[in-house]
Amino acid sequence: MATDAAALRRPIGAATSRVGGGALARGVAMGYLSIVVLLPLAALVWASRSGGLAEFWSQATQPEALAALKLTLGLAAVCALVNAFFGTTIAWVLVRDRFPGRGLVDAVIDLPFALPTIVAGLTLLALYGPGGPFGIDVAFTRIGTLFALLFVTLPFVVRAVQPVLLELDQEMEEAAASLGARSFAVFRRIVFPNLLPAILSGVALAFARAIGEFGAVVLISGNLPFKTEVSSVYIFQQVESDNGTGAAAVSVLLLLISLAVLVGIGAFRRWRTRHDHV
Amino acid sequence: MSRWVLRFTALGYLTALLLVPVGFVFYRAFSDGLVHAWDAVSSGRAVHALELTLLLTAITVPVNTIVGIILALALVRGRFPGRGLLNAVVDLPLALSPVVVGLALYLLYGRGGWLGGLAEHGIKVLFAVPGMVLATMFVSLPFVVREVVPVLREIGTDQEQAAETLGAAPFQVFRRITLPAIRWAVAYGVVLTTARCIGEFGAVSIVSGRIEGKTETLPIYVQSQYAFDFNTSGAYAASVVLALIAVATVVLLRVFQPKEH
Amino acid sequence: MKIICIALIGVALLAGSAAGAAKSGSVSLVAYSTPKDAYGKIISSFQKTSAGGGTDFSQSYGASGDQARAVAAGLNADLVALSLDPDINLLVGKGLVPKNWAANSHRGIVSDSVVVFVVRDGNPKKIKGWGDLIKPGVQVITPNPFTSGGARWNVMAAYGAQRRAGKTDKQAVQYLYKFFRHVPVQPDSARAALQIFAQGKGDVLLTYENEAIYAEKKGVHTQYKTPKATLLIETPVALTKAGLKKPAAKAFYKYLWSSTAQKAFAAQGYRPVVKSVAKGYKFYKPAGLFTINTTKLGLNGWTKVNRRFFHLQKGIVAKIEKSLGH
Repeated sequence: MATDAAALRRPIGAATSRVGGGALARGVAMGYLSIVVLLPLAALVWASRSGGLAEFWSQATQPEALAALKLTLGLAAVCALVNAFFGTTIAWVLVRDRFPGRGLVDAVIDLPFALPTIVAGLTLLALYGPGGPFGIDVAFTRIGTLFALLFVTLPFVVRAVQPVLLELDQEMEEAAASLGARSFAVFRRIVFPNLLPAILSGVALAFARAIGEFGAVVLISGNLPFKTEVSSVYIFQQVESDNGTGAAAVSVLLLLISLAVLVGIGAFRRWRTRHDHV
Repeated sequence: MSRWVLRFTALGYLTALLLVPVGFVFYRAFSDGLVHAWDAVSSGRAVHALELTLLLTAITVPVNTIVGIILALALVRGRFPGRGLLNAVVDLPLALSPVVVGLALYLLYGRGGWLGGLAEHGIKVLFAVPGMVLATMFVSLPFVVREVVPVLREIGTDQEQAAETLGAAPFQVFRRITLPAIRWAVAYGVVLTTARCIGEFGAVSIVSGRIEGKTETLPIYVQSQYAFDFNTSGAYAASVVLALIAVATVVLLRVFQPKEH
Repeated sequence: MKIICIALIGVALLAGSAAGAAKSGSVSLVAYSTPKDAYGKIISSFQKTSAGGGTDFSQSYGASGDQARAVAAGLNADLVALSLDPDINLLVGKGLVPKNWAANSHRGIVSDSVVVFVVRDGNPKKIKGWGDLIKPGVQVITPNPFTSGGARWNVMAAYGAQRRAGKTDKQAVQYLYKFFRHVPVQPDSARAALQIFAQGKGDVLLTYENEAIYAEKKGVHTQYKTPKATLLIETPVALTKAGLKKPAAKAFYKYLWSSTAQKAFAAQGYRPVVKSVAKGYKFYKPAGLFTINTTKLGLNGWTKVNRRFFHLQKGIVAKIEKSLGH
């Protein structure tokens, strides 16, 4: 009887919450997280304000830094929009269409996740830069930089939209079509609203990735201050020029902006889908 | 007709942006012949770069997998304040530019940094392997966590609780019920983590010091061959090794794709 | 089980770190971006001597300013072979290199070169002198002066050439403003600049003479012209305080001025500084050659010039870069 009472008093889920090692393992994991992620970031934030708030602001708003930031945000936005369009199209074709090699194409979408960014940058420069086999030379221009960003962000929208498309019940579309709606109208009024949250998720990830991309961009973008220098390259150069404070200030600003944008997209997404009950 | 338009748009975009560039890596690497390409990747420096890349991966992946599973469990099952914050911290590496990661490590462990004194006591972090390990760990942290969390949410705690009421100890519950349920998610996350480790460039670039034959990973070696040694074919040969690994990664991702229910 | 894994990894990390640390009889050379081939040969021949046998070398090459910063941040270096004195003096300021590093018969200078123009085969844009660089439609490649040493030599060569042509200081600086308008891209090192030029970008590349010779060796379709008025490039090497403690490093430092080493430099296109070796080579002597210490042209030594032109915020070049945005 006593043992039964004792067993009843032990809360259900006590063992479950110890699955995976319980408090000790959790403590070790948090400690790891702190040392590997939080401590360096704290050092970064500390260095950025090491000259005082005025110095932080002055470094972050240097004309060259601001120009790089404007370019970075602009390119990332364009990249996100292009991805929204092409990513959705590709997801559509992969889910709704049937053609030989479809499985192969589907697998290939993940390549930008797997290929080192420097290799991507190298080959894009060779192909679409001076001396390239197609006579296209966009090296050291904003378009070229955009190409590099499009490469590395390719999978995000596609992979976000695909599962939603797969799950989508096609009855409504068929009903609308049988009532005479043209296919684009069907897409616009029925399919697209259902895809929008997924597209926005993909766009948010693509945007965040594009803002920080370095390896793919560093070869093809050139170092032109005020013209094709993105923030990640600017930060790298500031580190090389021994301006750790300036690099840290711009980094912190970049991080804050990208977090703000992500939160904004997330909020927009929740607002748009506020009437959905998923 | 619109089907063909869509197909053409999608496939055309993919070809121009993805297939041609990746294919070009192979083409350029072998354009001077197989022997030349082989020579380029079998030099001592290239072999060391590959070994270092694999070493960094071999250290990082198990650690981030184990920690990732623990953190995923904490995020889904744990009951402690600050879970939302933990979620944000775990996702941080995805929002950060690799250059910023490298800079943060450089500021922490460099001379004058909070842990800059370690170097004076013989523990070299920057410009040595440990710094590169830390950079790799930082950038590849989220993947296992993010893959496991949704699966854990989905499977719920019913089975685990049942096992527990039948008298199973926590580790047994984990080993026999939780782990098998999440193993595909873990595998997928491991593949993503591995790919990220191998391909990392920006962060390790800043902390490596570019010491030939000692702190060059294969991606750094690629850039060095191209930009420094004027050895374009060497750069492409090393790139092919990385591209082959990438293709293998993509195949594995397909194999471990989270199964739909 | 998990704990054993983590422990093993920890051990591996420590072992790796220990192994990476300097072994006895190991010398670390940190150099700027272009002399890799030269040092490779010199190191090999040094290792065949009695003083150098069995010495292991670790080498790192990169943009001169970048490398100096890295050493200041903790990169191991027994010898620093950089592009110009200020980069070494940066390390003196950080207490890593002794103040008297240049106190030898060659002022610490191990090789010379000159600033030259590298153009496409056949020189289609007919670039001959400094005035041609600012003609409409001409694109000039020069590296980023805040990371590259070669870039700073280039800029001062441009300035000095203007002064030599009779221009005032103000006019020479105005030339620099025009000059930078013709620079579409500033790679981070001299070697990276050559690579971009070889890729097809730009009409003329400003670089070290030895880089131009290297380009020809590598089969790039270029030729080079040495302008009549140009700057003598003198590249220094210093033993760091750490290097002074190693007999092998000190021996290697001395070896750099041996005739074998100087001949190895010459074979890679560098001008030897040891007169007896230099006599055996016919390097072109520009009629209007000047140095960074030619005061009558406004070049009063690297310390003053570096501060005036290349200070990160207040330098003339920093101001020029800012103005380019408008």
